[in-house]
Amino acid sequence: MDKRLLLMMLLAVVPASGFAAGGGAPLDSANVNVADTAALQRGAAYYVNNCLGCHSLEYVRYNRLADDLGLTEDQVTENLMYTGERIHDTMTVAMPADDSSVWFGRTPPDLSLVARSRGEDWIYTFLKSFYVDPSKPTGANNTVLVGASMPHVLWEQQGLQRAIFHEEIDEAGNPHTEFEGFELVSAGSMSPEAFDRMIRDIVTFLSYAGEPMQLERQRLGVKVLLFLLVFFVLAFLLKKEIWKDVK
Amino acid sequence: MSSTENEIGRPGGVANGLWGWLNKRFPAESILNDHITDYYASKSLNWWYVFGSIAMLVLVIQLVTGLFLTMSYKPSSAEAFASVEYIMRDVEWGWLIRYLHSTGASLFFVVVYLHMFRGLLYGSYKKPRELVWIFGMLIYMALAAEAFFGYLLPWGQMSYWGAQVIVSLFGAIPFLGESLVEWIRGDFFISDITLNRFFALHVIALPLVLIMLVAAHILALHEVGSTSPDGIEIKERKGPDGKPVDGIAFHPYHTAKDLVAWTAFFFVFLAIVFFAPEMGGYFLEHANFERADPLKTPEHIAPVWYFTPFYAILRAVPDKLMGVIMMGAAMVFLFFLPWLDRSPVKSIRLRGWMFKLALTLFVISFIALGYLGTQPATTVYTWFARLFTAIYFLFFILMPWYTKMDPVKPIPERVAYHG
Repeated sequence: MDKRLLLMMLLAVVPASGFAAGGGAPLDSANVNVADTAALQRGAAYYVNNCLGCHSLEYVRYNRLADDLGLTEDQVTENLMYTGERIHDTMTVAMPADDSSVWFGRTPPDLSLVARSRGEDWIYTFLKSFYVDPSKPTGANNTVLVGASMPHVLWEQQGLQRAIFHEEIDEAGNPHTEFEGFELVSAGSMSPEAFDRMIRDIVTFLSYAGEPMQLERQRLGVKVLLFLLVFFVLAFLLKKEIWKDVK
Repeated sequence: MSSTENEIGRPGGVANGLWGWLNKRFPAESILNDHITDYYASKSLNWWYVFGSIAMLVLVIQLVTGLFLTMSYKPSSAEAFASVEYIMRDVEWGWLIRYLHSTGASLFFVVVYLHMFRGLLYGSYKKPRELVWIFGMLIYMALAAEAFFGYLLPWGQMSYWGAQVIVSLFGAIPFLGESLVEWIRGDFFISDITLNRFFALHVIALPLVLIMLVAAHILALHEVGSTSPDGIEIKERKGPDGKPVDGIAFHPYHTAKDLVAWTAFFFVFLAIVFFAPEMGGYFLEHANFERADPLKTPEHIAPVWYFTPFYAILRAVPDKLMGVIMMGAAMVFLFFLPWLDRSPVKSIRLRGWMFKLALTLFVISFIALGYLGTQPATTVYTWFARLFTAIYFLFFILMPWYTKMDPVKPIPERVAYHG
């Protein structure tokens, strides 16, 4: 059975709903595949190196990560754990929340469930949408989350980009700025394609982190539904047999 | 049926063995007879009639999964959100139990709405079934309260702000309002205290009320018997054995049919649980994956889909108190259906064009209001909501006239059963 098809049929009965994610630019499709273990492993490494300094995953355990990402506990300990945690700990940050809220204006949120609250497309677009804005204390702004207190952490990899806006007059006659696109002003250490893959890997990992059992859920679901199909036939035949004398 | 009759009528049945011992002390056999094997319902019942037993099935699913969730859930504002994620990640099969419970909640309403619609189709509320209907409506109200209290428990943003909005509705009541709101919350805002008492209401008070009401609903039903889609009363025509000639025993006939329906229901239910537990943000709202934050209001607060028709009515009325009254009236009117409907016939098959048209418009309005309740209240949407609110209420207000004037067909002698 094609799981995607089934999912599409199910979702077809409800009108599409937008994430209530908060203003900003239209989102690009992240189009990630959580079953891609290699992408998950790369994503986990990127996350630990670039994000975990500030953003905890307080519900994700390192040993669960080892199980689900096809790694041994030793591999996880050596490659993903730097600050003396134990293997059954969750992925917390050492930075005190009180300090970080002073440094950044607000404590960087835990991202265990960001893929479920904001959505994969939101994270994907957000991470690619930092642009140079000298008026901000971090020197960067974001078209998806305008006025984001997060600095452009991945600037070395992405390079710096400029956002192009133009003035437009809306129906009511009020002028407002419309976002047109980005323009790279200085290249980063990664090509745009490599950077895009890196972001997708991080999104894949965060999607996993949001619901670690999602693949298991779908695998089990196929078996359960197949069983129910067979059982439905049996139940239907039983009903016919019992009702055959009813005139 | 008394046990003496059984002793004579069934040699070797009641009188002997453990079953006999039991039945001399407890009316097990007569309960089984009255409600299962000798309860007769029309053989022409169609598939619209399966939703009552499916609703019972969902109630059991909710009670059992709820029981297991309670074993790991922590009803405190500091721990609730994390304990739900603990259930989802660390408790063995916890994710499955939680998704069964969250999906079951939404499907409970799907099934109950379909069950109520069946009642409208076949006049199940009309004399002599007024009490069956009223018990059913009370079940619906208790279910709404149960769902509302339960929705606060995950302590997500939508849990918190949804509860905030709905509880504050009581504040619209003149004079008493504000103190009533404080009394419900137990605090000046939705807090740990509110969560703790909602938990108590959700896991003890309302399940008990629900179970007792379901028992009353079924006892009342079995006293008067089920309707039939043909619009006849099978009790009016009995054979020499005293059984309705158009009736058929609940067990094994209707139970065999219900088994097919249950299987189909499980297919839909579990397809959602395993492949779309969030149901696009309708069953589990996206914002609810963020921990409740009393200092941060979400941009768009909407109740869960099963309350949105009433929420749309609330928003359609410019005045807050009037809105609350209208929203309450939208539910209260349903209680009076047995007396608003003046038609001599019950089934939609015998009704004329007026009732059919009215019912169609009512269903369209209910669904449209449900959709509008999920959307931001723009000017255009608000006017649509007002239009559909008007149609919703006209269905009830005009009912005594159009049901009386409606050209109806004669009630047939016998049910039509085509195998």
